[in-house]
Amino acid sequence: MSKRKTERLLGLVVCLLSTRRYLTAEQVRAAVPGYPEQDDLFKRMFERDKEDLRELGVPLETGVNHPFDDDPGYRIRQQAYQLPELRLEADEAAVLGLAARVWRRAELAGAAAGALLKLRAAGIDADLDGADEHSPVPPGIEPRLGTPEPAFGPLWEAVRDRRPVTFSYRAAGRSDPQRRELEPWGVVNRHGRWYVAGWDRGRNAIRVFRLGRIAGPVKFCGPAGRVTVPEGTDVRELVRDWDSAPAQEHPALLRVRAGAGVGLRRHAVSVRADESAPGWDLVTTRFADLGWFADYAASFGPDVVVLDPPDLREAVLRRLKGVLA
Amino acid sequence: MTALVTSTERLQRLLALVPYVMSRKVVGLAETAEAFGISERDLVDDLNLLWCVELRAPDPYCPIDLSYEGGEIAVSQAESMRRPLRLAVDEASALLVALRMLAEVPGLEDRSALSRLIAKLEAAAGEAAAVSAQVAVQVDIHDDEGHAGQIRAALSAKRRVHLRYYVPGRDEATERDVDPMRLLVVEGRPYLEGWCLRAEGVRLFRLDRVLSLDVLDVPSAPPAEAEPVDVDQGLFRPSPDDVLVELELSAAGRWVAEYYPCESVTDLGDGRLRVALRTPDTGWVRRLAMRLGEDGRVISPPSLVAEVREAAAAALANYVALLPRPRVRPAETAAQPGRVYTRAEKNVSGVKEDRHGW
Repeated sequence: MSKRKTERLLGLVVCLLSTRRYLTAEQVRAAVPGYPEQDDLFKRMFERDKEDLRELGVPLETGVNHPFDDDPGYRIRQQAYQLPELRLEADEAAVLGLAARVWRRAELAGAAAGALLKLRAAGIDADLDGADEHSPVPPGIEPRLGTPEPAFGPLWEAVRDRRPVTFSYRAAGRSDPQRRELEPWGVVNRHGRWYVAGWDRGRNAIRVFRLGRIAGPVKFCGPAGRVTVPEGTDVRELVRDWDSAPAQEHPALLRVRAGAGVGLRRHAVSVRADESAPGWDLVTTRFADLGWFADYAASFGPDVVVLDPPDLREAVLRRLKGVLA
Repeated sequence: MTALVTSTERLQRLLALVPYVMSRKVVGLAETAEAFGISERDLVDDLNLLWCVELRAPDPYCPIDLSYEGGEIAVSQAESMRRPLRLAVDEASALLVALRMLAEVPGLEDRSALSRLIAKLEAAAGEAAAVSAQVAVQVDIHDDEGHAGQIRAALSAKRRVHLRYYVPGRDEATERDVDPMRLLVVEGRPYLEGWCLRAEGVRLFRLDRVLSLDVLDVPSAPPAEAEPVDVDQGLFRPSPDDVLVELELSAAGRWVAEYYPCESVTDLGDGRLRVALRTPDTGWVRRLAMRLGEDGRVISPPSLVAEVREAAAAALANYVALLPRPRVRPAETAAQPGRVYTRAEKNVSGVKEDRHGW
C-alpha cells in the first residue's frame, strides 16, 4: 500500500466532488498534489487513477463545459456519488448484520462487509454480531451461503458485467468435457448447489449448467455489455424446470420387510400386512422418475421387492445383477 | 499500518470514515476503530491523512477539518464528503441476495421487517440493485409439518424437544431428546443444531428427516461444552478413525464424487473415477453400491465388498421366492394423497448428517 497514492486519490475525489464544472486533466494536475512533472508520466498515472476510482464505483463523469472546448473534463456529481438518504427502523437495521454474515467466507463476503460499512457510515446502527433485541429474526437462526465452486467468482462477474463466457463442461454421465460458449443470464443456488442459466451459443438454445461440473477456468469471450437478458426472464424458473422431474406419476406396489424401509413408508399411499408372505408388508407408493426410483428401491437391498410395475422391477433387477457382475 | 490493504481499499475506508463520524456528530476513537475493524493507531493515521488533504487550485485550501482530542472524534468540515459513496453492484447484490434468502427461511414469524428493508435498500441502491435479480437462492423447504416454527418457538422459550428422526444411512427411525441451539440453513437446507442427550454431543438434524417433533415442558440446557458446529468448514469432517472406503465409478456414477466429500479422486480415463472417502459407518455405502449397480463398485475394504455382494444376492433371491405377486385390486394403486418421488429428492443417502445426526 502506498500512502502517497491514497492521498492523491483522496485529493482527486474531493477535488472532483467539489466542482460543478468539468475540470481538464491539466486543471486536476494543478489542484491535486502528488502528480509528476513529466507529461507522459502524469498522463499514465491519471489514467490509472481514473480506472481505480471507477472500479470502486465512483461515478466519474467525462464532458465539456462548452461545446467549443477541445479537451474533455472530469467531475463527480454529488447526487450520483452519494448514497441516498436511508432511514431504517430498529427492526430493519437489526437484520443487516445477519444478512452480511450469510456470506461469511464465501465469494461475496467482502462485498457484504463493504455494503454494511457504507450503511453504518450513513448513520445506521447495524449490529454486526446479531443478538439485537429488535431483531425480527430470533437468535439461533443462522443461514449460510457457500460458494465452494471455483467457477462462481468469474460467472458472477460475467452476469454482473453482462459478458459472454466460455468454459469446458462435463455433462452428467458423459466421459469427455466439452467446450461451451454461454451468454450468462443469472446464477441460482438450488438445493445448496450453484447453477448458471443462459443462452448457449453453440447449441442455439437456453441451457442450464451446474457450476460444480465446470472443469478448469471460466474465460470471458467478449466485452462487457454484450449480453442481453431477455425481458421477463426468470432464472430461478429456468433452473427449476431443468432440475425437476417429469410431472407424470406412476403407482408402484412393493413388498417391504416388516420394520424396514422406513424412508419408503414415510411417503406411502398405503401400507398393510401381506397375508400371503408373513413378515412382509405391502406398500403402495407413487413415483415420477423411474430411473431415480429404481435406484432408491434397489438401495434397500433385501428389504424391498418391487412387484409392480414390471419396468420398475426390471430396472431394480438390473442394478442388483450389476452389483454381482 | 499493520494491516495489508491496498491504496484503494484504504481510500474506501477513508471515504466511509468521514460520514461515519459526521452522522454521529461526535464519536469515540475506540468505538470507531472497532467499527472499522482496525487498531486505534491505524485510525489515528487515517484521521491525520484526512486532515492533511490539501487542494492547491484555484486557491490552496484544506477541505477537511477534524479533531480527535480526548479520545473523541469530530469532523467540522468536509462538505462534499458528508455522505458515503453509493453501494456498488457487488455490495448491493450481496446484501439483497442474503436478505431475500433470509426471508425464505422457515419459521420466521414476522417477515415484514425483511420486506421493508429489502424495498428500502433496492431504492437506495438504484441501478446497482438490478443485477441482484439475476442471482437467486432457493432455500429448500417443505416444512408442511411446521417443524421449523416449533423449533423457533422452542429456541425462544428455551425448551427441550423430542424428535423422531429418520437416519437414511441405516434406514432407521430414532427417538431422541434434544436441547436446541440454532436453526441453521446450510447448503440450501434447514437444520436443527442441538445437544443430543442420547449421543451426549452436538448434532445436526436435517428438518426434512424429522418424522415428528414435540416441544417438551422441560427447560433446554445444553451443557457448557456444547460448541456450535463451525458450518463454514463443511458439515462433514471425517475423522482418522473412520473406515476408508474405495469405489470405482463409471461415467454414469461420477455424481458420487460431487455429492460426497471424497478424500481423493483419481481419473481412470473414459470418464471413470476411483474415489476414496472416510465414514464412521459403512451401512450407507452398502446401500449406495446397490443403487449404483454396475455404475459403481466397492473396491475396499474387503469386508464391505463381501457385504455388498451378499446383500445383492439376498435381494435377488427374494425376487425368486416372493414373486409371483399377490392379487391386488386395481383400485389400490389409483392416485391417492401421498408424496410423489421426484428427482429433486435424489440426495437421500445422508452421509453428511451421519456424523452429526446420531
